[in-house]
Amino acid sequence: MGIFTMPSLGADMEAGTLVEWLVKPGDEVHRGDVLAVVETQKGAIEIECFGDGRVLELQADLGATLPVGAPLALILGPGEVAPEPKEPEAPAADTKPEAVPAQALADTPEVAPDPAVATPLPHGATAASPAARARASELGIDLATVTGSGPAGAVLLKDLEVRKPSAAIVQTASPMLEMRKAIAAAMARSKQTIPHFYLSETIDVQPALEWVEARNADRPPSDRLLLGALFVRATALAAAKVPSVNGQFVDGALRPTDRVNIGVAVALRGGGLVAPALIDAGAMSVDETMSGMRDLVFRARAGRLRSSEVTEGTITISSLGAVGAEAMAGVIFPPQVALVGLGAPKLRPWIVEGAVEPRTVVTLTLSVDHRVSDGRQAARFIAEFQSHIASPETL
Amino acid sequence: MTKEDIRTAFIEELLDIAPDIDPDTLGEDDHLQDDLELDSMDVLNLVTALHRRLNVDIPETDYPQIATLALAVSYLTARVT
Repeated sequence: MGIFTMPSLGADMEAGTLVEWLVKPGDEVHRGDVLAVVETQKGAIEIECFGDGRVLELQADLGATLPVGAPLALILGPGEVAPEPKEPEAPAADTKPEAVPAQALADTPEVAPDPAVATPLPHGATAASPAARARASELGIDLATVTGSGPAGAVLLKDLEVRKPSAAIVQTASPMLEMRKAIAAAMARSKQTIPHFYLSETIDVQPALEWVEARNADRPPSDRLLLGALFVRATALAAAKVPSVNGQFVDGALRPTDRVNIGVAVALRGGGLVAPALIDAGAMSVDETMSGMRDLVFRARAGRLRSSEVTEGTITISSLGAVGAEAMAGVIFPPQVALVGLGAPKLRPWIVEGAVEPRTVVTLTLSVDHRVSDGRQAARFIAEFQSHIASPETL
Repeated sequence: MTKEDIRTAFIEELLDIAPDIDPDTLGEDDHLQDDLELDSMDVLNLVTALHRRLNVDIPETDYPQIATLALAVSYLTARVT
């Protein structure tokens, strides 16, 4: 499958910092396996493999900030043959099978520096590889205080790793500020490029609430449902029926998809927001949807999402939760083409079979990209959503 | 298990879910959702953790009775054996 590169984890990502390798040369890898962890503005993201193969060589240094598209590793597909090594030292990493994955990478480009490019050091300077020199400067480590394990005692990147408490801690000055910047860029781009329009409907959720209460009554807390899981499920079913609100807008057109990957907007404590996708939510039961959401929210807050979850959403749901305002017209998360905004549930006088009754209602506002659909499709989505919430046993 | 043990358990589980809460400034009557900004998923995770730790299964209808530290300690104390 060739060169595995730094993926784009969102339209506004320019670079990422490699913080962990989970594979080493010689490992068999399969589609969906996590190969590495990259620190981005949205937190640490686990990078998944796009195909099957075997890792031939890791080509990027831990701690390096690399642009999107930069080579990370060479992976051979089934039946592919390793290219002739360009330099005799290329297979050096294989000579250290005992190396832990995190160090395997650090060794690869450094084990045998090309003597031809070695320049005489100024008097008093410490010999070090360029990567180690850059890293030491980032970490504020004086190279003269590090014992080098490279040729002639040169300091290598791995010599610095032992000086740090954890290789996984590579933070920019303020992660919260970085996340704010990422949100600002994505939202500004959305409003500048997507002609939004909005349709709203206030929906009686009393039947759904009562159904959830009845289901939860004899269940332990770990198996209980939240109303939010029903909203995600109703969105999945409605999106499957109205394909023009489901997918990604790429190269001037909606790219059709038969999968529904529902982005779930998760507020992070202390500020910030991420909207990782529940992959293939269309194929899940209500209980599977709920446990998928629990897992997704947990990992979003722990800062451990997967690359597919941050790039493959096809429609996003954003909810104001149990307390808050009654309606929200949200901003579409590009390159998606619709967003379901749900206000907080409110107790309101409602007409049920000709009589006024107190009912709990939720206002749904669908934000839609006018480049790909019109009011008719949006109205159909809302009607589908509403009919499932009215009959929760259909979810 | 003493009332103080239960109080400690509740605070520890709460901080596990919302690590940004400062236990020194956590008020007896701070409301989990209105003041401490827990969402419904957080509350469910807290109830799940308390079930595991104290073996008290808090039904949904009783959630208002654990809405603050003071309420939760007295509710849980009455139910922990």
